[in-house]
Amino acid sequence: MKKLVALFVALAAVLFVLPASAHKPSDSYLTLEVDGARVHGRWDIAVRDLDYALDVDADGDGKVTWGEVHGRRAEIAEYALARLALGSCVTTATPDALAIADHSDGAYAVLRFDASCKQSIERLDVDYRLFFDLDPQHRGLLRVDVNGTTRSWTFSAGAPSTEIDLADASRLRQLGAAIREGISHIWHGYDHILFLFALLLPCVIRTSLKDVLRVVTAFTVAHSITLSLAALDVVTLPSRLVESAIAASVVLAAVNNLVPVLRDDRWMAAFLLGLMHGFGFSSTLKDLDLPRSNLLVTLFGFNVGVEIGQIAIVAVFVPLAFAARRSLSYRRLVLVGGSLAILGVAMVWLVERAFVVRLLS
Amino acid sequence: MTKRRRYTVGALAAAVVVALVAFGRPPKAAATVRVPAADGEIVESLPFAANDPRRRELAQLRRTLAHDPKNLAAAVRLARIDIRLSRERSDPRHLGHAQAALAPWWNNPEAPTEVVVLRATIEQSLHDFGAALADLDRVLARSPDDVQARLTRATVLTVRARYDEARADCRRVGEPFAAVVCETQIDSVTGHAKEAHERLASTLDDAARISRDEREWAVASLGEYAERMGDAAAAETHFKEALELDPRDAYVRGAYADLLIDGGRYGDAIALVRDYETNDALLLRLAIAEKKQGAPDAPRHVEMLGARFDAARARGDSVHRREEARFELELRGDREKALVLAKANWEVQKEPWDARILREAEKR
Repeated sequence: MKKLVALFVALAAVLFVLPASAHKPSDSYLTLEVDGARVHGRWDIAVRDLDYALDVDADGDGKVTWGEVHGRRAEIAEYALARLALGSCVTTATPDALAIADHSDGAYAVLRFDASCKQSIERLDVDYRLFFDLDPQHRGLLRVDVNGTTRSWTFSAGAPSTEIDLADASRLRQLGAAIREGISHIWHGYDHILFLFALLLPCVIRTSLKDVLRVVTAFTVAHSITLSLAALDVVTLPSRLVESAIAASVVLAAVNNLVPVLRDDRWMAAFLLGLMHGFGFSSTLKDLDLPRSNLLVTLFGFNVGVEIGQIAIVAVFVPLAFAARRSLSYRRLVLVGGSLAILGVAMVWLVERAFVVRLLS
Repeated sequence: MTKRRRYTVGALAAAVVVALVAFGRPPKAAATVRVPAADGEIVESLPFAANDPRRRELAQLRRTLAHDPKNLAAAVRLARIDIRLSRERSDPRHLGHAQAALAPWWNNPEAPTEVVVLRATIEQSLHDFGAALADLDRVLARSPDDVQARLTRATVLTVRARYDEARADCRRVGEPFAAVVCETQIDSVTGHAKEAHERLASTLDDAARISRDEREWAVASLGEYAERMGDAAAAETHFKEALELDPRDAYVRGAYADLLIDGGRYGDAIALVRDYETNDALLLRLAIAEKKQGAPDAPRHVEMLGARFDAARARGDSVHRREEARFELELRGDREKALVLAKANWEVQKEPWDARILREAEKR
């Protein structure tokens, strides 16, 4: 009985102490990068777990040296890869590529491998069996990178396999990310918003909703054309020129409100100047580090995002302006005052961008 | 070029863009890869020292099981050693190894009694209290006088705040000394800490033939009762004695550190847990004491803890919610997150610290 009680004391302590572990439970980190019909793999496996499975600490001194790990690299690769199946693809360890990565709970052996598959992978069946026989609490943390997007999954003894649909989900995610970027770009790119405002201010007073639509459509078509050309590297312009021209376009639009040159043909101005804005969008798109592997999807999504953001601005601005346009104060205050303000800001931009100086901080 | 045009607001916009890009994507977990220069470089220290006899015994038992997985005696022996090691080292890998030894019986409700008791122990250690209780019910239906199963069930029921049932189990424990510790633990959390302290202290005085482990268990319990009745000085004496009996008891060390932190003795708390960074619960106390004292190591330790909670979450663990709630509340200052964690934790366990962290998260 005494023995039992003593054991219980130990057990009771387990209950309370357990959350305590730097020694976290056993995990491995498996990263797969899908590239057409090939998969590049990186697999971080804890040295402790490898020792438990394969007695890596050959001399039994309680210290695992790099020599002990490296000397067993073929065996380690064989052991691990025999416990991972990627559909019908054939996995091969990259020769001599074993390395070490230090994670928060100790050293991991980094195994690199390639898998070649019969055809381009649309759906990947991953079957993971590493260590579950030695430690049912082991988890395999999978990360799949495809077309610049990421999927993740956790394997456990109870759920050792998964099927990852790469085609649809990744395209959709990519599209979603690009749309988000487009929206956020138009919302935070004050020069585009000011240009739109400058064009819309007089539209509302003098003409009809139809003209608003014409202006917006012309601007959209124009910047879509140049955005596509620039993103596909058909036409590229130096960014200093593009940014200066965008500032100039805002100046011109504002001046046109104060000293009208174009009235009913304002959509032409929107089109011509909009071409410049498209080049501006493209430089943003390139800076954003969005997935390049499927450029058309990204390009389309970004453009859709820009339109959504733009329509949202128009949808708020135009009704307000229409409601207020009959009052005299609108004409004076908003059209003249607004155009002057836009002109001022745009002039500052123009000087800064053209001469690469800083006027305001 | 693009950067210059938007001034401060531009920077803000960029931050929003970055946040949007980052939003919803898993963290890039990859640690830096290196190739050690020399074959002799030690890349990892194993938990066993050279020629540790327990390592040899474990290896021997594993060899036996490799040939004969259904060897009950070897499996039970291996599981017991691993469970004990998991406690001594606060290393949950050993629990997985114990579970592996019991694999042939793991999903069998009709498994031999000793296997079911060990299975319940592993389950409760993984905070799967429902499964643990089901297994303990099974054992006690078969053999109502199983001391270990009674004590374990009383403990789990106490954690779940089912005090009446827990007390009934304590009273049926066939070992008088263990029964007193068992019952006073319930008294101490149900408003009778003083009585619990008196009763256990006099039982301990009279106890002639108890093991060192049992004495340590009782003394550590006395420390908790003293703390619950507000007698910090007595609690400190008990905790010190318990640590002398077993310096490896991380639970007592943590409780003692909390006592010191509550008393504003941050320097003493730091000295007590400084060498135990590998233990998350003790690292938590270290970081809290360091933060309160304004020690320069605090940010580094907070970051370390954060990485450990992230790693646990990545694998889908929720065993650490009590510690994580305290981490968010006291170290990160994220009340909302702390409250969510404290509430989720309260659904699972209801010990005094669980109540305290929930109260503090709600209050702030």
